[in-house]
Amino acid sequence: MIARAGSVEDLLERAAAGDRRAAGRLLTRVERGGGDAERIAEAAWVRAGGAHVVGVTGPPGAGKSTLVADLVAALAAGGARPAVLAVDPSSAITGGAILGDRVRMAAVDASVFVRSMATRGHTGGLALAVPGAVRVLDAAGYCPVLVETVGAGQLEVDVSAAADTTVVVTAPGLGDAVQANKAGLFEVADVFAVNKSDLDGADHARRDLELMVDLSHVTGYGDPNWRPPVLTVSAASGAGIDEVGEAVAAHRRHLASSGSGVERRRRRARFEIASKLRRRFDRAVAECLDSEAAGATVAAVAAGEMSPAAATRLIASELLAGASAGSSPAGGR
Amino acid sequence: MPEAAEPPLGDAGPGPDEPPIRAVLAKLGLDGHDRGIKVVARMLRDAGMEVIYLGLRQTTDSIVAAVEQEDADVIGLSMHNAGHLTLGPAMLAALGEAGLDVPVVVGGIVPEPDRLELERAGVAAVLGPGASTEEVVATVRGVVLGR
Repeated sequence: MIARAGSVEDLLERAAAGDRRAAGRLLTRVERGGGDAERIAEAAWVRAGGAHVVGVTGPPGAGKSTLVADLVAALAAGGARPAVLAVDPSSAITGGAILGDRVRMAAVDASVFVRSMATRGHTGGLALAVPGAVRVLDAAGYCPVLVETVGAGQLEVDVSAAADTTVVVTAPGLGDAVQANKAGLFEVADVFAVNKSDLDGADHARRDLELMVDLSHVTGYGDPNWRPPVLTVSAASGAGIDEVGEAVAAHRRHLASSGSGVERRRRRARFEIASKLRRRFDRAVAECLDSEAAGATVAAVAAGEMSPAAATRLIASELLAGASAGSSPAGGR
Repeated sequence: MPEAAEPPLGDAGPGPDEPPIRAVLAKLGLDGHDRGIKVVARMLRDAGMEVIYLGLRQTTDSIVAAVEQEDADVIGLSMHNAGHLTLGPAMLAALGEAGLDVPVVVGGIVPEPDRLELERAGVAAVLGPGASTEEVVATVRGVVLGR
């Protein structure tokens, strides 16, 4: 079958043959969203080969980009064809962004595909287009695909639902054992990398995390057959990088040989469907509120004639009736 | 606060009709003066563009790779080492070789006669040290939308 020049199939074929422009173009279209993005993601899904998706997250300045650059350099040297999706935040005010992760990746081999993505209004540490973009890179034959999140605080844990293996990068001096035991980011790690191991306090940070991991074991939290290793690493000098790479590979083997891989994929599927549903319903809510009937209800609330809760119940019943009547609530385009 | 800070509705972010301009900014060759390029990056960011910042010591090859992978709409090269008459045309040649039709804007210390020469060689625009935010943003928008 010969794909029409410029068609999605043609672009996917060219991307798989190593054409960077074709892959770059497809990723732009996936980022723009809408029906076109859906079509591309579907076509990529057919070709996707189950690339290992590795999330890399951690606080701003912990050294995620430098670590990712080291990891992909080692992978490329070993004959793999890795890709990186590096997410940085968009301004909530102007929509603009400075995507600076490539600065740390200047030395990586030209065979490594690196794409910077802005969050474009999405919270949770990733961009909405990440699952679709991962699929395009997978379909283009890149494996593994590393997804680097925005600098994450405590709650940006979306990456763990989008990745097979999550590496949490931290650095000395960012908090004590109590910080390490708080809910959030540290709960989602499959591998811990304590970066900047040349700095004072690295061993202390490692011990705090080891203790936290041990407590998970005591309370029965997490995967009983996988104890997240806590590794010290210096991304700047490269010391400890091989161990991180090996831990990531070992986790992949663990996923394949235990039931955890199936469970992980189920969680990923659920997460992606949920986020697509939310987007559809967000649009439906916006459209519904723009309708004349809802406008009158909104005005009644503004005038103090109806409570917001009563208005919500009223509009919700109309919205749900519309949905079950089969009139596509979201349009979707 | 004016409504500018209001979060976007629904799909969040610009729709298919209004994607942000993606600009690759780089220093080409041996040139450590990066104050200007950082200022320009902020100007473009605050104008709603996505700036892919490559930083110092880039090569024509690394810039071509970034433009292809990032699907950039425009390239901004900052030049403060008097190499613009060599490096500017070298960049254009590398883009041509890769089959890329992406406009190049040069910023930095470029004497007037050299500016004309760069523009004759195919550089889309040259911005000097006195350029205002409005001028920088309008120039970048202009060369992208003018295509």
